[in-house]
Amino acid sequence: MHEMALAMGILQIVEESARTQPFRRVRTVVVEIGELSAVEASALCFCFDAVTHGTLAEGAALDVIAISGQGLCFNCGKTVHLAALYDPCPDCGGYPVQATAGTEMRVKELEVE
Amino acid sequence: MCTTCGCGAGETRVDDEPAVELEQAHADMPAAGAGPQHPAASEHEAGSGHWHRHADGTWHSHAHEHADTHEHVQGSTHSPRHDAAAAVTPSRMLQIERDILAKNDAHAAENRKRFEEQGIFALNLVSSPGSGKTSLLCRTIEHLQPGVPITVIEGDQQTSRDAERIRATGAPALQINTGKGCHLDAEMVGHALRRLSPPDDSLLLIENVGNLVCPAAFDLGEAHKVVILSVTEGEDKPLKYPGMFHAASLMLLNKIDLLPYVAFDVELAISYARRVNPTLAVMQVSATTGEGFEDWLAWLLAGCSHCQQRKQTTVAALQRRIAELEALLPAAARG
Repeated sequence: MHEMALAMGILQIVEESARTQPFRRVRTVVVEIGELSAVEASALCFCFDAVTHGTLAEGAALDVIAISGQGLCFNCGKTVHLAALYDPCPDCGGYPVQATAGTEMRVKELEVE
Repeated sequence: MCTTCGCGAGETRVDDEPAVELEQAHADMPAAGAGPQHPAASEHEAGSGHWHRHADGTWHSHAHEHADTHEHVQGSTHSPRHDAAAAVTPSRMLQIERDILAKNDAHAAENRKRFEEQGIFALNLVSSPGSGKTSLLCRTIEHLQPGVPITVIEGDQQTSRDAERIRATGAPALQINTGKGCHLDAEMVGHALRRLSPPDDSLLLIENVGNLVCPAAFDLGEAHKVVILSVTEGEDKPLKYPGMFHAASLMLLNKIDLLPYVAFDVELAISYARRVNPTLAVMQVSATTGEGFEDWLAWLLAGCSHCQQRKQTTVAALQRRIAELEALLPAAARG
């Protein structure tokens, strides 16, 4: 989806951090992206490179940590791994499974100098 | 420009005037095509682009030159060392822990506060293009006016045709043109609210850009997202675009007057939608004939009434507090 808007969001967070905790350059940006957040990691990395051009994050590496999806099965009541929002419960094959984790889109930490 | 949906920024217009604040917000964005310089592109594996996947499941991008022997410390923490100079300069880790959409969410929270203070019931209407959103809004407004004050924010990439259609019903409407953007964000809506000044105890209908993907992720401060699916589309849309059906509270199945002429399985569509979102409410309507509108209008009126009551409760609590403080004032003045 809108990976460009997300990449700009990441850059804004980096720039806001630079105002409160002075640093010259960003070496690495570590983000957590949930498996169910509909974000394509490769597209996000591509957009990140584009938006950081000419900023203090230019040339920084973007590490995307994938957070696996989890859901609560309404059929068997178990918490199970969920690879997509509409997948059936891998345990009992039932529907529906309500997502409980894996929708995150967060900037976790920055490696700066 | 977004590689997936063509989303860009910096060309937002509100009622055909440049949205200055919005443009400033996007001022950092480079021109389309000003991608990263990558002198070492040939050193990557063919087709790998600027990112790699590591064994621990993380993705990694590079916008700068690095050697063939791509040296990463394997383990739980990922410590890239790309050139000798960088390795010598001391670096430190900063814990950030912030949502990427935090800025949008902050604007959404401002909008939501305004809605609560004014008792406004705000809805974000989302669908693919051509599902009949504007026709549905026009008919809804005709039914509810003049009893319920209604204002409309229209989002489209280009033209103010939809806002003109809404204004013809007598309801104030403001058009936001997102230019290359594929969705409305909370800042654009905040800007529109300052221009439109919706009255207290009113209904605000925000018609998002016709797109079943991107608007799902952007909270505008609304009470609910309402997704509109028409029977001329496939019944498997909820499975193909689960994000939107997951984010919505209500699905309106529109154009049911056409059911005799199309191969659309209503029960199957509803079951697919509830697979993605078990708590999704569903109503079947036709914006052309008005069929099924009783339930939809009743749902809207219940939402308006709930928002008005919540505002009255808050106002009553504040008035009690003022009275309590005023009662204390003479004693404090004597003291």
